[in-house]
Amino acid sequence: MTVSLTRNYRFVASHRLHLEQLSAEENQRLFGKCNNPYGHGHNYLLSITVKGAVDDQTGLVVSLTGLDTLVQREVLDRYDHRYLNFDVPEFATTPSTTENMAFAIRDHLLREWCSSLGNSAPQLTNVRVQETKRNSVELTLID
Amino acid sequence: MLITRRVEFSSSHICRNPLLSEAENVRLYGPAANVNGHGHNYVLEVTLAGDVDPVTGMIYDLKDLKDVMMEEVVEPMDHRHLNYEVPPFDKVIPTTENLAVEIWGRLDRRFQGGPARLHTVRLFETEDTCVEYQGS
Repeated sequence: MTVSLTRNYRFVASHRLHLEQLSAEENQRLFGKCNNPYGHGHNYLLSITVKGAVDDQTGLVVSLTGLDTLVQREVLDRYDHRYLNFDVPEFATTPSTTENMAFAIRDHLLREWCSSLGNSAPQLTNVRVQETKRNSVELTLID
Repeated sequence: MLITRRVEFSSSHICRNPLLSEAENVRLYGPAANVNGHGHNYVLEVTLAGDVDPVTGMIYDLKDLKDVMMEEVVEPMDHRHLNYEVPPFDKVIPTTENLAVEIWGRLDRRFQGGPARLHTVRLFETEDTCVEYQGS
């Protein structure tokens, strides 16, 4: 029996959206107030969805303890209470749009997925990053 | 009767006391002492107290209340770094407590002599943490 499970995590961070190769006017036009020079911040909500078979013995599709440990180490420890532009290497030159954050989180998780969750680990199917009540991005990894 | 309006703004801040050592700052403020700062989606709820006007059926025009909250709080603070861009937080540590008191001061003067008085400022830093201030 295959099921999907979604687990929510929260972190707070600040950032500034800016591209060095663009002029001040172009940055302002593209990113608006997100380009303000000193940055601003958000309470992010991260939703991780996995899909797989329910283990007959445990009744679980994934060990939540294992998933929590992985997300804590790979995502929250890197991003929580950080200024993404200065404190997080992948966003030093790449703008930390919600889209790019979803890609980076996927990469961090997949790199350690099997070593953390074992060979019978479910598939990571969705990475959803909510920046504000009005904005969220969802990255779907399988069709 | 009380009437409440809610707005949101997104800001960054650093909670550090320059008079304290690095170790004391970390002990006091935890990860919020990070020198590069971090940020929040703040939710501000402002409550006014007053009598219902028998003609309009309203305590205070909610549109006017929103305009005051936008002018005094959202426009100066949204998408800003509080320590660097929003006085007095160049000198005052922008904890949720100090931010609520500052917001109270900004709003209270706008309702002096009007039909309703400022009753409560409630400021959520995260959905689990809020500070409430009633002017004293």
